[in-house]
Amino acid sequence: MALDDRKSIFSFVGTRPDRPDGLDKVTGRAKFGADMSAPGMLHGAILRSPHAHARIVKIDASKAEALKDVKAVVTRADFADVPFKPGLEGEFYNVLENVMAGEKALYDGHAVAAVAATSALAARDALKLIEVEYEILPHVTDVDKAMAPDAPVIRKGAADYSVPAGMHPNVVRYHESGHGDVEAGFAEADLIIEDSFTTEATHQGYIEPHACLASLGMDGKGELWCTTQGHWIAQKTCAALLGIETSQLRVTASEIGGGFGGKTTVFIEPVALALSRKANRPVKLVMNRSEVFRATGPTASASMDIKIGMKKDGTITAAEGIFRLQGGAFPGAPGDMTAMCAFAPYDLTNVRQVGYDVMANRPKQAAYRAPGAPMGAFAVESVLDELCNQLGLDPVDVRLKNAAAEGSKASYGPTYERIGLVETLEAAKAHPHYSAPLKPGQGRGISCGFWFNHGGETSVSLALSEDGSAQVMVGTPDIGGSRASMALMAAEVLGIPYENIRVTVADTASLGYNDVSHGSRVTYASGLATIKAARHAVEKLCERAAVKWGIPVEAVKWENGCAVPSGPNAGDFDPLPLADITADMGATGGPISGHFEATPEGAGVSFGTHIVDAEVDPETGKTSITRYTVIQDAGKAIHPTYVEGQYQGGAAQGIGWALNEEYIYGDDGRLQNSIFLDYRIPVASDLPMIDTVIVEVPNPGHPFGVRGVGETGIVPPLAAIANAVSNAAGVRMKQLPMSPPRILAALKEK
Amino acid sequence: MDYHSPASFAEASALAENATGITRFLAGGTDVLVQLRSELVTPDTLIDIKKIDGVHDVTRNADGSWTLGVAVTGAEMSEHPELGRDWPGVVEAMDLIGSTQVQGRATLTGNLCNGSPAADSVPAMVAAGVTLSVTGPGGTREVAVEDIPTGPGRTSLVRGEVISAVNIPARGENGGDAYQRFIPRTEMDIAVVGVGVNLRLDGDTIAEARVSLGAVAPTVLLVKDAARAIVGTALDDAALEALAAAASAACNPIDDKRGTIEFRTEVAGVLAKRTAKVAYARAKGEQA
Amino acid sequence: MSKLHVTTTVNGDEVEYLCDPRETLLDCLRDKLNLTGAKEGCGTGDCGACSVTVDGRLVCSCLMLGVEADGKQIETVEGIADGDVLHPLQKKFIEYAALQCGVCTPGVLVAAKSLLEKNPDPTEEEARYWLAGNLCRCTGYDKIIRAVMDTAAELREAS
Repeated sequence: MALDDRKSIFSFVGTRPDRPDGLDKVTGRAKFGADMSAPGMLHGAILRSPHAHARIVKIDASKAEALKDVKAVVTRADFADVPFKPGLEGEFYNVLENVMAGEKALYDGHAVAAVAATSALAARDALKLIEVEYEILPHVTDVDKAMAPDAPVIRKGAADYSVPAGMHPNVVRYHESGHGDVEAGFAEADLIIEDSFTTEATHQGYIEPHACLASLGMDGKGELWCTTQGHWIAQKTCAALLGIETSQLRVTASEIGGGFGGKTTVFIEPVALALSRKANRPVKLVMNRSEVFRATGPTASASMDIKIGMKKDGTITAAEGIFRLQGGAFPGAPGDMTAMCAFAPYDLTNVRQVGYDVMANRPKQAAYRAPGAPMGAFAVESVLDELCNQLGLDPVDVRLKNAAAEGSKASYGPTYERIGLVETLEAAKAHPHYSAPLKPGQGRGISCGFWFNHGGETSVSLALSEDGSAQVMVGTPDIGGSRASMALMAAEVLGIPYENIRVTVADTASLGYNDVSHGSRVTYASGLATIKAARHAVEKLCERAAVKWGIPVEAVKWENGCAVPSGPNAGDFDPLPLADITADMGATGGPISGHFEATPEGAGVSFGTHIVDAEVDPETGKTSITRYTVIQDAGKAIHPTYVEGQYQGGAAQGIGWALNEEYIYGDDGRLQNSIFLDYRIPVASDLPMIDTVIVEVPNPGHPFGVRGVGETGIVPPLAAIANAVSNAAGVRMKQLPMSPPRILAALKEK
Repeated sequence: MDYHSPASFAEASALAENATGITRFLAGGTDVLVQLRSELVTPDTLIDIKKIDGVHDVTRNADGSWTLGVAVTGAEMSEHPELGRDWPGVVEAMDLIGSTQVQGRATLTGNLCNGSPAADSVPAMVAAGVTLSVTGPGGTREVAVEDIPTGPGRTSLVRGEVISAVNIPARGENGGDAYQRFIPRTEMDIAVVGVGVNLRLDGDTIAEARVSLGAVAPTVLLVKDAARAIVGTALDDAALEALAAAASAACNPIDDKRGTIEFRTEVAGVLAKRTAKVAYARAKGEQA
Repeated sequence: MSKLHVTTTVNGDEVEYLCDPRETLLDCLRDKLNLTGAKEGCGTGDCGACSVTVDGRLVCSCLMLGVEADGKQIETVEGIADGDVLHPLQKKFIEYAALQCGVCTPGVLVAAKSLLEKNPDPTEEEARYWLAGNLCRCTGYDKIIRAVMDTAAELREAS
């Protein structure tokens, strides 16, 4: 049986059954990060720097340690004890430095010490007794200021080989790419628009704060329960930071209360393990919301310059972008991603993009849904909208005219395989939303968006039970209903009912390595792995049938959940259902399982087009989103309801980013809005229904045609909303968020 | 932290007077608990006043005035069949605070004593001419709402004093009040600007008015110039512009995470007009 | 520090616990009664993940002290289903995929149930404003609102 045969007619895939974990989630029974306890458990708490940049002169924890309720206090010294892995490098060093400050506190909220005590209150009370002497240093939180010659240096030697000579040490990575001759292209243009844009840092805003329960013994064996998008990366990182062997730490992923990229690394987990090792008892550590905002990984802030030339007929002759991203006090801001994604929707002859990764005294940025892409799309698609306005061209027509398609050379290098951008634009043009009349004060905006999608290391194990049911072990935490998708794909291959399949997110001791639930990879990669594991099991089922019938295995095929004789033996035997084969599998050769362990490479890039109507109150600058339509290529929607959910969620997060969400730092370098009261994510009454159109242009790299859908949905909203607001207000908005004071100020300057 | 739940205001007052360290009264708790949890304010003594007789009562007095117990929640005010007919502005101001969940706990007195210049119910109470009964070691005194806050987080109440009732005047004929605020979202935000307007008509002409502003100065303001701008008018366009100008002129705001000086000053005028129109329509019986 | 003894009723069962006066009702439900359905998303009354009802009134259990629960009737997400029969809202939430990660779901369900008890025929706008204190970061609220509105319609037909 060929393993790469592709399928386009489905029995289960594309249906909308109830999710397998639905009951647990509507009854309060599902166990999230903070819901687990252990016998003898202590509670941890972390002391955090109130300073944006300060040398830690001295930490005196003696008063806290003297309390009878306090069982352990740890500082950075408790991580330096690395018996067989001396000296961490690269990202492990950065993560260690982030989870517990070394010589310097690098941002407001940076962990400097931690306590484990007999109750959560006792732990927090003990923190107040830890005395830290700081030498306050000059700080910088703005990306442009952090690149200026006089900016304080956050860490010398953090820059890598890519950074050109002469740049400030806070510039730590540099990216440049493109093709053609942009100067020649600009010379051909009838109109060139050049402008600058900024976006503020935002937070993923998952409702569940980080939480874990850690147990680590002096023997180097440990258990960790945590809310994470990837427990193998947590295992690997924690083991490195604690100086233990990776395989000795078993990590179990709890149910996860949202991640959006923010739970792809560790923050409190190594600290809880260190406390546990020192106290020799299990330690539970739960962040509060303020800690989540101050000390986890928000997205980067950005400052961008865009120049695009266009002919009167809408042809883009050249495009150039410079993208400066600030990602906190560590390397990692995705300036390269922003640069590579910004022009990716278009088939351009001449394009050049530059990305900078800049450090500042802010928390270490983490991924947030298509990390880096939304900012660049905002800048580029705003300039495109302005070009369309000034040339009197329809914004969808212009995008169609320049749209990338199969065979186009992408702005970031490769040549596209089959992609669905044109289909999303055509669907936008045909959608009733696009031609609906607008009321006075309203404006309409559209934007395209691109994301790479990702494959990643993936292991899946599928085991059949004697009664003919199947259990699927995946290693990618289920953030938004992926168990349902896995079960549908397994049902499709095995030919048994969806309900007869149980999908479990396995712990690190029960399955091979899995990359994180990120990069829109779960339905693609774990899905592909599930399909291939199921096919592997089907091969064995066919072998058993062949033995029972005494015919060659090549003469057995699998149809509708049964082994069926084919070729010269067709019709000789009755179809043999799966359950009849598994019933006596112990006697016919032993347990039947299927496996997949590999790194799928064909994730298939994804595009979307969004249409937004916005209404602006000219007296107050307040914006209401009155209508929203998401159109995106899913390749193949395995469970269409959850695909819609991804589209709607991405749009809603984009609305927040565009209008109200931002990290606000004071002159003192402290975060001003570290609670949901002032970090204003959209509430139910802020939003309209969000219409969705699922376009399906199959991905050649997946057996069922799946493209990841999680991330692309947040790429177009910033730009689409900015275009709608700018068209409603009659003034181009170049700074996000478009908060009412900014819009009112822009209206006054009009 | 010691927790007490006294049975009378006299007992509450005595507890507070004799307590050392930081004392807080607990009514709805929607501010006290936030400050406690975030370790901004950890009281040494917490005095829960919800078990005192009458604190949950909404009473219409014989003269048409209202007495509200200090533990009456926003939800109870909104659900009251008559209070909102008399004082829709006060009720809507209270109703704007926080979520449905917060409405189940939050109180007028808590909103006032928290001392925030942006407290939604306070401009509405100032416009309405609400007074508070304040019980202290020397007995009970009556204080105008505008005399309670003295600055952000501070009140004129002295050690041992506790608010024991909220007194809302009789509505009287041809009157109407309204409160509007500006927030960036539709719900759940702190006011960037708040405006309370209370007025009484003589025919189409405004005979009396009180205009108050929130979130534009260290305390809620009673803006007499704004009231003068509309008294004697039928709220024509010229009066509305004069009102807006007076409201903006009274502003002494700060730049902060919620809004700029320019924005607050401008929007105070815009909201003053909008709020006055609603109060006027209510006074004429044209709008609920 | 001396602890206070509290007797209260949770989902119809009389329970007792000892609590520090600083502990919230949410702390007591989760840590003392092992009812971990209500979640702490913010601790400031801004997210609604800890929603419960107290004497029939919808509140954030993070904004109420454990000691204040003495003598009250508390209802949590664990009490929404009637034995092995799910509440119609619970069924609709699964059917509509009105949850993705599910961490806001307990609070949303408690709040939505409270809405429908008070207002069996809400408009979409009323439902959205009632639930404005229940943050959901995954769904954009679309499917939540649809599930609530459809449950309301179904309950009206049934009554």
